[in-house]
Amino acid sequence: MSKMHLKLKVNGQEVETLAEPRELLIHVLREKLDITGPHIGCETSHCGACTVDMDGKSVKSCTVFAAQAQGAQITTIEGIANPEGMHVLQEMFREHHGLQCGFCTPGMITRAWRLLQENPNPTEEEVRFGMSGNLCRCTGYQNIVKAVLAAASEMNSAKEAAE
Amino acid sequence: MNEMTPTREERVANLKGMGCARKRVEDARFTQGKGNYVDDVKLPGMLFGDFVRSPHAHARVKSINTEAALALPGVVAVLTAKDLEPLGLHWMPTLAGDKQMVLADGKVLFQGQEVAYVVAEDRYIAADAIELVEVEYEDLPVITDPFKALEEGATVLREDLEGQTEGAHGPRRHPNHIFLWEQGDKAATEEVIAGAEVVAEEMIYYHRTHPCPLETCGCVASMDKINGKLTLWGTFQAPHVVRTVASLLSGIAEHNIRVISPDIGGGFGNKVGVYPGYVCSIVASIVTGKPVKWVEDRMENLMATAFARDYWMQGKIAATKEGKITGLWCHTTADHGAFDACADPTKFPAGFFHICTGSYDIPVAWVGVDGVYTNKAPGGVAYRCSFRVTEAAYFIERMIEVLALRLGMDAAELRRINFIRKDQFPYHSALGWEYDSGDYHTAWDKALKAVDYEGLRREQAERLEAFKRGETRKLMGIGLSFFTEIVGAGPVKNCDILGMGMFDSCEIRIHPTGSAIARLGTISQGQGHATTFAQILASETGIPADMITIEEGDTDTAPYGLGTYGSRSTPVAGAATALAGRKIRAKAQMIAAYLLEVHDNDLEWDVDRFVVKGAPERFKTMAEIAYASYNQAIPGLEPGLEAVSYYDPPNMTYPFGAYICVMDIDVDTGEAAIRQFYALDDCGTRINPMVIEGQVHGGLTEALAIAMGQEIAYDEMGNVKTATLMDFFIPTAWETPNYTTDWTETPSPHHPIGAKGVGESPNVGGVPAFSNAVHDAFRTFGLTQAHMPHDHWRIWKVASDLGLHG
Amino acid sequence: MIPPAFDYHRPESLDAALKLLGAHGDEARVLAGGHSLIPMMKLRMAEFAHLIDLQAIEDLRDIAVGDTIRIGAMTTQAELLDHAGLAEAAPILSEAAMQIADPQVRYMGTIGGNVANGDPGNDMPGLMQCLDATYTLAGPDGTRDVSARDFYEAAYMTAREDDEILVAISFPRHAPGYAYEKQKRKIGDYATAAAAVLIEAEGGKVKSASVAMTNLSDVPVYSEGAGAALLGTACDAAALDAAVIAMLGDIDPMEDNRGPVAFKQHVAGVILRRAIERAWKRA
Repeated sequence: MSKMHLKLKVNGQEVETLAEPRELLIHVLREKLDITGPHIGCETSHCGACTVDMDGKSVKSCTVFAAQAQGAQITTIEGIANPEGMHVLQEMFREHHGLQCGFCTPGMITRAWRLLQENPNPTEEEVRFGMSGNLCRCTGYQNIVKAVLAAASEMNSAKEAAE
Repeated sequence: MNEMTPTREERVANLKGMGCARKRVEDARFTQGKGNYVDDVKLPGMLFGDFVRSPHAHARVKSINTEAALALPGVVAVLTAKDLEPLGLHWMPTLAGDKQMVLADGKVLFQGQEVAYVVAEDRYIAADAIELVEVEYEDLPVITDPFKALEEGATVLREDLEGQTEGAHGPRRHPNHIFLWEQGDKAATEEVIAGAEVVAEEMIYYHRTHPCPLETCGCVASMDKINGKLTLWGTFQAPHVVRTVASLLSGIAEHNIRVISPDIGGGFGNKVGVYPGYVCSIVASIVTGKPVKWVEDRMENLMATAFARDYWMQGKIAATKEGKITGLWCHTTADHGAFDACADPTKFPAGFFHICTGSYDIPVAWVGVDGVYTNKAPGGVAYRCSFRVTEAAYFIERMIEVLALRLGMDAAELRRINFIRKDQFPYHSALGWEYDSGDYHTAWDKALKAVDYEGLRREQAERLEAFKRGETRKLMGIGLSFFTEIVGAGPVKNCDILGMGMFDSCEIRIHPTGSAIARLGTISQGQGHATTFAQILASETGIPADMITIEEGDTDTAPYGLGTYGSRSTPVAGAATALAGRKIRAKAQMIAAYLLEVHDNDLEWDVDRFVVKGAPERFKTMAEIAYASYNQAIPGLEPGLEAVSYYDPPNMTYPFGAYICVMDIDVDTGEAAIRQFYALDDCGTRINPMVIEGQVHGGLTEALAIAMGQEIAYDEMGNVKTATLMDFFIPTAWETPNYTTDWTETPSPHHPIGAKGVGESPNVGGVPAFSNAVHDAFRTFGLTQAHMPHDHWRIWKVASDLGLHG
Repeated sequence: MIPPAFDYHRPESLDAALKLLGAHGDEARVLAGGHSLIPMMKLRMAEFAHLIDLQAIEDLRDIAVGDTIRIGAMTTQAELLDHAGLAEAAPILSEAAMQIADPQVRYMGTIGGNVANGDPGNDMPGLMQCLDATYTLAGPDGTRDVSARDFYEAAYMTAREDDEILVAISFPRHAPGYAYEKQKRKIGDYATAAAAVLIEAEGGKVKSASVAMTNLSDVPVYSEGAGAALLGTACDAAALDAAVIAMLGDIDPMEDNRGPVAFKQHVAGVILRRAIERAWKRA
């Protein structure tokens, strides 16, 4: 099968690569673009380790053909930190011990990043529901939920301070 | 002292030593996507390997035709057993004294078994080539039931063992029998049971499940033919053992093999064993001269690598009318699948299952375990557990409940009157263990008080009345669990893996400017070793944890160790770390004495320095001592400041805990809602409370999954019914409750810092707590035993069988 | 899990999509969100030489809320949930969509894909039968409408011809009494049993009622009898019993990992009762 000329905007950078249409977005990111933050966990869209942000939506990049992503804007965990340092979510995951082996973490944080944009002031229940597409085998989620709630609160305080 | 001089408290705080909730040093890279897992390893010219796997559970392989696959552009090689046979690698030894096919040799024995290994330029071509390999199978009768496997005339599964009546662990009494392993005094136990006032008997099944770390297993093998060096990156919980095994199997001298465990995305026992994928990747790299990567997908992971549990435990427990336990008897039928690939210490084919007398003072006991072959995947690994301790804890904690029912006694009280008392430690159990320490009554009372146990029982009684009046369809269950673990394998005199004693190690180098690097024989898979081992060293050497690098997993640089599983890192490598730190301090004391011109004995250690006794203004800090060790010629001392310690533990450690789960069960739908979970852990000295709490949360969630839905299920044809994460239950944040954690602290008397290990306690103690809550909800309706997993339909079935659906 | 190769097409108009479909016949398949199709392809249970991605056809994303509600087939579950007009006019849709899959899948999964692929586990088909929705199919000779209640023939077999594309779903504003009740093992799972119920009340009695069940047969089950059993009643115990009995006569569950047939029948009854009770309270 012939390859496509794929153009994406990944973490703010225009990138181009050749890929078969059937190639999965996660493979293109990891193997062609050396963006290895998102991981492969289940390959059937259940675990969320491969979560990236595509055109403003959290998606499981193991279940998106590269061809479907043609022209899309993609943000991965590598694009979430600010130039001046870690994103508040990243800091709060560390502060509240929201990770152990780290394998689910990029997907978790990328998902939480979108969740907090859509719902800047979530309840614990909303965080649990909004993060339910991401599996973690290590933490039991309690500290992940704590980290996301703490990040929301920090971000809201920062916003208020700026206003 | 001027204002800039730190106080003693500030110096202690600055160390970030043992006992403080130090934030993890690993997290900056993990949270920014800069972990380095095996699938992130990318080498020039790297090829990809993938398996043709058997769709049948038992079949003869009549022929394998690889022509079409080889003709596909981009395919480099297709390996079958015939290609491996000249190298003697078509079979490999297992950790349990059995052997296992690397690639199907004449027949297949479980669904998902490796049949051929395709090597191609990328993973897409490899996947296409797999479809083109033609395998002709002839179906054979399938056995998935271990009891049927032992029937007379049952189909012989392992024809390769035909006629062998002696196995690695004694006589085999049937062609599908692997071993009978016994501990304790059978005759005396049976005599006690025969004469007992009360005997409770039950079959307890702990179902087959799987560790299922979020990262599957994989490796990259790279044979450098010019230098004769093989480098193997992989998801290895025991990299040094893998190096030794790889050397023994391949004939490559051990110094020419470098094994690297990079970051590991969770292990939970799945990554202890040696799998055909590793062997085939090494062979493929040798054959092609190129690096070869193999990473299994999730279905392959669940179907073929390392299941856990699958123990049928027939139990009898004897007691007086007053509830004092007088004897325990257990016969277990252990389904090992097609090959005995359990990852246990060599001399323990049923692991440490004989810890099954639990936390109780039981005068006489016997256990016998029959290992059996079936047409299921091999494994039998310790899934977040120390070698069958989960099975043992589940068994005794169910038997206690069954006995309480039989006696009509409160199960909390029954536990209390049978606990080993504090003054009985060190305690010799009827099955041969020496429990190092414990204070069970204190922990139990604290737990019961914390949840207001009596209040819960009152509420439960009220709920029951309301249920009977038809006002609610929800029953309330209170799940009790008091567990004793046995971890930290183990003393070299009786614990080894393939002949390698189960010691562990730490090597420390202090740099001239007072920072340090320490390397260990273990490997973190999320436990946070880089954080916590530095804390141990900080407390021992006075060097701030932030100035200590911890490195593990590279066999070219790290000292030999047996790896991380069975909660052994803290009890064994943690001890080695503390002792290596003490060696550093001992040399530092001599250096300080020289610098301060006093006798060694005139110095005392104070946080981060040696101080002249009675002259607190005269001292040398560790940083000053480190510098001196490199720049001064000190008579009688070698330059430098380094130490290494290989620690052979004198005994196991025995963490314990008290868990209580409160559940509401909908008898109509079978849904169970966890309302409250209280977990008290005593893991001895606490190194980092934040990390301990995280381990407990995670282990409890795995326990929740196992108890409430997670299983590797087979149909009668041997097809795996639960091979994706749709059906293999892993709870999300939505199904997982918040946990309340608590602790008591009973240090291990034989461990240098008193630590016992904690990673597996919540799984070991959690499963019985969840399961007992389900049972307890139906207790008054006469339920004695319902097998796990307690998913909706099985709970519904319990209610239905008890006539609760009208 | 690697899908087989295919040629990819991204037409920008419905006509172009239909032409491609016509040209490639049963070797082609339309791709919406892909969250049913892609896993099937990765497991090599489905293989197509051509995939026709509908994402660029803007017309398929329209949502029109009037007396009739019309939803373009490419509307995602997340868009359904975000649409204020829909939440007001058809709250049962939001209630059901919230119980489908997980957040990431809802961003990609479309209503068209959910109803058109014929997977008996999907939630929207049963709901559409309950709503008495109409599917608009576009083909080489123009469009035609098919009732959701006539659309499903067997698992993955529907009234859609190979050269047709489902373009929109329409249904009237629904009665004030509604409920979508679903039991599942965990987030992301298909239903063990699910019930969609709509009730219109008048003078304390049921004036009209509609009931449909999900994942309890190889097709969604619209239970006319269950609805009829409620008519003229105040959803009392006898009416509920009668509705459940009628529904049980219409479903045909199969044993799977969620449980045996007897369990599913029992749960179907429990879930339906709960749905009726909730719908009745709102009616």
